[in-house]
Amino acid sequence: MKIGVLALQGAIQDHERVLRRLGAVTVQVRHPSDLEGLRGLILPGGESTVMAMYLREYGLDSAIRARVVDGLSVFGVCAGAILLCTEVEGPEGVVSGALALLGVRAIRNAYGRQLSSFEEPVDFEGSPFPGIYIRAPRFIPIGSTEVLGRRPPARGGEPVLLRQAGILAASFHPELSGNDGIHRMFLQSCKS
Amino acid sequence: MREKLNTGFAEMFKNGVIMDVTNPEQARIAEAAGACAVMALERVPSDIRRDGGVARMSDPKMIREIMAAVSIPVMAKVRIGHLAEAKILEAIGVDFIDESEVLTPADEEAHVDKTAYSVPFVCGARDLGEALRRVNEGASMIRTKGEAGTGNVVEAVRHIKTVSRQILELKGLDEAGLEKKANEYRVPLALVKKVQKAGRLPVVTFVAGGIATPADAALMMMLGSEGCFVGSGIFKSSNPAVTAKAIVQAVINWQDPARLAELSEGLGEAMRGLEMKGLETKLAERGW
Repeated sequence: MKIGVLALQGAIQDHERVLRRLGAVTVQVRHPSDLEGLRGLILPGGESTVMAMYLREYGLDSAIRARVVDGLSVFGVCAGAILLCTEVEGPEGVVSGALALLGVRAIRNAYGRQLSSFEEPVDFEGSPFPGIYIRAPRFIPIGSTEVLGRRPPARGGEPVLLRQAGILAASFHPELSGNDGIHRMFLQSCKS
Repeated sequence: MREKLNTGFAEMFKNGVIMDVTNPEQARIAEAAGACAVMALERVPSDIRRDGGVARMSDPKMIREIMAAVSIPVMAKVRIGHLAEAKILEAIGVDFIDESEVLTPADEEAHVDKTAYSVPFVCGARDLGEALRRVNEGASMIRTKGEAGTGNVVEAVRHIKTVSRQILELKGLDEAGLEKKANEYRVPLALVKKVQKAGRLPVVTFVAGGIATPADAALMMMLGSEGCFVGSGIFKSSNPAVTAKAIVQAVINWQDPARLAELSEGLGEAMRGLEMKGLETKLAERGW
């Protein structure tokens, strides 16, 4: 099964390593023609400003949206998740997301700068998943999204892993955790 | 304790360009061009080279102004071994500290013990031994040194190729051979074994020092770099915004010569470069 990784900037290779471990064939996506034959696409962590700019400039935004209508599954991580959200709140106020495929408002760098990055277990399918949050966004669902993972109840239990049809978004970094469970779940959704 | 968070953060810079900026206006230009982070400093390396004198940490006020001007991560430099400058930058909350040979070294015996800080550090290296000593001290990211402020890539090429070759040389070594290397590099055997097994440094590795054109940036990616620092090359060119954007896109499209040709067109004058043999100070020789 061919899975793409958006290759405009960020932790591209980290996702490729996990995908290969799980038996997928990986393709780096830089231009619309790279989307051909893909069953799924991962939008990696990195800088959302960089990725959003070149998604538009290279015509990838409309090409990805068109493929999603045809059943392409997409998994966005941290900055990649921000691209998926319909609304993005940043220093300039609220703007619409680059891909706008998930009914969520993302608040960029909601916890602060790097010194506020943290590790904390995610409550995922009833068991703890190692959560690595790096200058992470916060998600506020504004549509009918399914919450698959949350911060611990003692920390407010806010949603950190969300799904809406074939779109999956995480505010933490499963590719850095050594646990392939969430990528495996994503690959399942690419098959169906 | 924050190792995973800090080395993980460095992974997020990969396949990107980190640009030197000296004021909020330049920081906004860099962000708008697609920089994945900016390095806040008072003078770019070519000006430090021209002005001479002792180069120190920048004014925290100026760094704060840059932090307020952009939403991307902000790095700033401390002198090699200057523990207090590092504590100050940590206190103002920069995202990354560069312990840099571009500034005048404060300590000729010891680099900063980076394990004593919560903030991540990037350090320069000319070869594998130097890179591993910095990693062993707690660096979360390595940049090969090149020769900053010259607009000449010859040293950057030498340093990234040296690191890659020395990693390859570990490949066939047995226990005794690896122990010899660990002694030579003055690092624990376990660290050398880790590099042998992975075939790469345990932290993200960028190149720096002399990159001035989109073709230079593409060359660095061809040589196995994971991204580029660009200093004087952008704001000493005749059209910084256009040059910055072209260099970012050269890192994205480094495997595509036709696109690189387009990106290299009509950029105007690049920064004026310097020959190595004419240099009074070789910055790369600072640190060990």
